[in-house]
Amino acid sequence: MSSVNVDARYLLCPLPVIRTQDQAAGLRPGDCMRVLCTDPGVLHDIPCWCRIHGHTVADISRQGDEIAITIRVGDGGAIPAGSVDVSDV
Amino acid sequence: MSKQYKAVALISGGLDSLLAARQVMEQGIHVEGINFYTGFCVEGHTHAIRKQHRARPRRNNALWVAEQLGIRLHIIDIIEEYKQVVINPRHGYGANLNPCLDCKVFMVRKALDWMNAQGFDFIVSGEVIGQRPKSQRRVNMPVVARESGAHDRLVRPLCAKILPPTLPEREGWLERDKLLAFNGRSRKPQMALADQYGFEDYAQPAGGCCFLTDRQYSRKLSDLWQTRGERDYDLDDIMLLKVGRHLRPRPGFKLIVGREESENRYLEGYRRRFVHMIPVSHQGPLVLLDGEAGADDLELAARIAARFSKGRDAAEVTMEVTGKDGTVRKLMVAPLSSAQIPQEWYL
Repeated sequence: MSSVNVDARYLLCPLPVIRTQDQAAGLRPGDCMRVLCTDPGVLHDIPCWCRIHGHTVADISRQGDEIAITIRVGDGGAIPAGSVDVSDV
Repeated sequence: MSKQYKAVALISGGLDSLLAARQVMEQGIHVEGINFYTGFCVEGHTHAIRKQHRARPRRNNALWVAEQLGIRLHIIDIIEEYKQVVINPRHGYGANLNPCLDCKVFMVRKALDWMNAQGFDFIVSGEVIGQRPKSQRRVNMPVVARESGAHDRLVRPLCAKILPPTLPEREGWLERDKLLAFNGRSRKPQMALADQYGFEDYAQPAGGCCFLTDRQYSRKLSDLWQTRGERDYDLDDIMLLKVGRHLRPRPGFKLIVGREESENRYLEGYRRRFVHMIPVSHQGPLVLLDGEAGADDLELAARIAARFSKGRDAAEVTMEVTGKDGTVRKLMVAPLSSAQIPQEWYL
């Protein structure tokens, strides 16, 4: 299992999603990505992207303007919508 | 066992592409979506910058569409390649700097490349004859198919019945009778079909998805090209054209004035690259100065900037001016009145 960081700070959506998608293409199921962002739009877009590609949002945290989203790469099967509640982040 | 045919659907995030993909999925085709990011897309970042857009759902509509359909979506960054479409469109512009027909050809060509690389069989597009004034005229439908290289592997399910049969229809991968015959500018058939499928809360249709269709944005882009003496841009250029008031009081420089707190925060990210100023005696916006300004120009810029501060009616406003090298100085200026700022300064 490997873990990689994606720096998508100061990029506006959908660029953080594109950077995450491109990084995920080189990873295997079970690998993790930690995506750092500043556009609050990612709180919706990255979990949505994960759901349709079968990845799991393992954690979302926020410190000041920075948002960190940890994603566990899936095996390609879709997972149910709304598996992570981001309403309080 | 019969072959599972696969189609890549151009997903803009609007209703037409949603319905077109759904039509093909209903016939048992495996569909994946593709969405191109040009840098001029209205959604995505606009809501992140301006308060006035916050009533809109905070979402990327293409991702939302993909989730409604239960398909994968591949978002492709085409910012660099797309420049040639904007700068030198073979078929010219629409009402503003929108190169809609070239754009469609380019996107279908990119989808074709993806289709071939991934071993898919055909391309699905949500075009409707007559829906848009340039790119979706009947006469231009074959132009897109031909110039993109997709030819008869490009299927427009919403108006397929009034177009010549495509390869998937002729080969029986798709039943032509089950495809549609939408035509013209009315959105009612699409809205009725959306109701039938139970799609709600879809993005409001047609025309508002690209900044290049906006007159004011196009004017700012023209000004940028004219000032630089060349038709070129990078991502930061086209992002900054979306933010703030832009005023060009003299040929050598323009001002970008934040209109609200969220725009000021966005402009903050750029301040080290520009001479910038902010009022310190009163509340007011961050102002970036793009270009070269002499001492007289700087004072004029400060007086304009002061006009947009809370000190607009004061006799004097103190502006803190920071150079690109980080040096800071203060200028005490009399704010210009509204009448002293000619309308033609506004881009």
